[in-house]
Amino acid sequence: MEPILQVRDLRTSFLTSNGEVQAVRGVSFDVEKGKTLGIVGESGSGKSVTSLSILKLLGSTGRITSGSIRLGGEELTRKSRREMRAIRGGRIAMIFQDPMTSLNPLIPMGDQVGEMLWAHRKDMTKAQRREKVLELFRTVRIPEPEKRFKSYPHEFSGGMRQRVMIAMALACRPELLIADEPTTALDVSIQDQILKLMRALQKEMDMSIMFITHDLGVVAELCDRVAVMYGGLLMEEADIVDIFERPMHPYTMGLMASIPDMHQDKRKKLQPIPGSPPDMIHPPKGCPFAPRCPYAMRICAEELPPYVATGERRRSMCWLLDPEAPAQGNPFKQGKEAAV
Amino acid sequence: MGKYLLKRLVMMVITLFLIALLTFVLMHAVPGGPFTSDKQVSKAVLDALNEKYKLNDPLWKQFLDYMGGLLRLDLGPSFKYQGKTVNDFISNGLPYSARLGAVTLVFVLLSSIPMGIVSALKNGKWQDMLVMALATIGVTIPSFVIATGLIYVFSFKLGWTPMYGVDKWQGYILPMIALGGYSVSFLARLMRSSLLDVMGQDYIRTARAKGISETRVVVKHALRNALIPVVTVLGPTVANLLTGSFVIEKIFAIPGMGGYFVNSVTQRDYTTILGMTVFYAAFLIAMVFIVDLFYCLIDPRIKYE
Repeated sequence: MEPILQVRDLRTSFLTSNGEVQAVRGVSFDVEKGKTLGIVGESGSGKSVTSLSILKLLGSTGRITSGSIRLGGEELTRKSRREMRAIRGGRIAMIFQDPMTSLNPLIPMGDQVGEMLWAHRKDMTKAQRREKVLELFRTVRIPEPEKRFKSYPHEFSGGMRQRVMIAMALACRPELLIADEPTTALDVSIQDQILKLMRALQKEMDMSIMFITHDLGVVAELCDRVAVMYGGLLMEEADIVDIFERPMHPYTMGLMASIPDMHQDKRKKLQPIPGSPPDMIHPPKGCPFAPRCPYAMRICAEELPPYVATGERRRSMCWLLDPEAPAQGNPFKQGKEAAV
Repeated sequence: MGKYLLKRLVMMVITLFLIALLTFVLMHAVPGGPFTSDKQVSKAVLDALNEKYKLNDPLWKQFLDYMGGLLRLDLGPSFKYQGKTVNDFISNGLPYSARLGAVTLVFVLLSSIPMGIVSALKNGKWQDMLVMALATIGVTIPSFVIATGLIYVFSFKLGWTPMYGVDKWQGYILPMIALGGYSVSFLARLMRSSLLDVMGQDYIRTARAKGISETRVVVKHALRNALIPVVTVLGPTVANLLTGSFVIEKIFAIPGMGGYFVNSVTQRDYTTILGMTVFYAAFLIAMVFIVDLFYCLIDPRIKYE
């Protein structure tokens, strides 16, 4: 099936007084219709910038330097401001990380959600908009919607605010929902409620979701496919089952080793990945993960690895997967070694 | 709300009382008195004067007498100007000061807020540089220098405005600019930094992600939030402008309150010093109070209970 969103070789930079920050350096992926793509990575990996690039919400300093973003076959990078406005909220909606700061403190909740309809459904009257907002409040399970319509953000809990954000995002039935760490700022119990709600609504509306997170646990719960980002590049991309069964990139392996596991031996310590992400003003010419990679070889710091297909629907960017890579100490060639 | 208002009113009265007490004590602590002068005055005359104005009474009694008058809104007679009361000074001077102040206030609001908005939205561009340059001039150059410069150019060289006095409406233009210059600069800077801060907030990104126009983002989502800090400083600014400035009134020969106030201090005109101080303080407190009430209208997070 034709994917709803196709991103090809996207590059996004920010101009700062210190120089050009190359936040995204050539990223390609698809979001399939009705499916959820998880984009995983630590802070500074370029995952949020990727999502803001799709909506062209990069502020005055950021710009897409090259690449293509196609929504249902339409090229977004060439759209004018006015055309982009019709897409934002109308065809692609976004939910942000912190519901405490993402809502305007001076505007009643009902009006903030209603503004989405005001912007995209010019045919609706004020009364119709109100009805629709109340219906949306019910959809996202906000109790006493009539009373809540006139409430202000400070009168809501974090979880309720995120429900309002979801109601706002769903108002115009977008084809694609981009959720940028929507549960990170919430309590664990509330996180679970919000994830369940999103999954239920996705099924109901046959919506595609691009879910950005640093939490592999959330990915496992919600996503069909995962793209792992690091240093502005997509390190590995695979279906959810495959990636958890066998990660095919040292960075993915590192991410998995750093998740706490309930059943894990208590004497075994969590394994954080040592080091910190690269400087994106002067990105390394080789693999950005090489300085932190336990398997790094000489070539890793010299040259960017090409993508290698590691299965029918998966690929990774790593020199260890190169046919000429040594088998000794290679986590991806041990199986083959044994077979020989 | 009613309870809150009552509490505020009681606080205001206590504040005013303390201000009056402090001024009274400080005033009497300064050497000299209203009848100290270079001329030799016979002891008999001095005694008679002190007796007439009850300056021989113990200080606490003088203070109580004064506070009694204050309760009846009687600020007492001037010690220096025969047959004049402090109430006369205020009722003569205030209309001039307040009229100039009101005109200036309108000028300040209508220029500083748009200046701040343009400056913030054109951050780093020439419009921003121009506004910030003007604002720096306004804050750093004292009002009397600006006033003198304005008179030289517009009254003396070009002859567009009168040199002094407010008989004609044109007479208000230069004092207005000189008096409001500092406030315009200050508020423009405040508005700029406040709006810049708001434009970087998450809820502005949310608004943009809705696909509404940038104009609507600014007008509907940013401006009200950005105005909150500006409203905060508006109370003292309004009180300041409306009660007049000695310097500006002196330069432009405007018979406002400022002149009486400064003269009273140098002449140790006790009742006038006290009266003017209490009046100004009451005005300031009232303005701050009104501004606090305005908050309710702007910011739903603030509730008075």
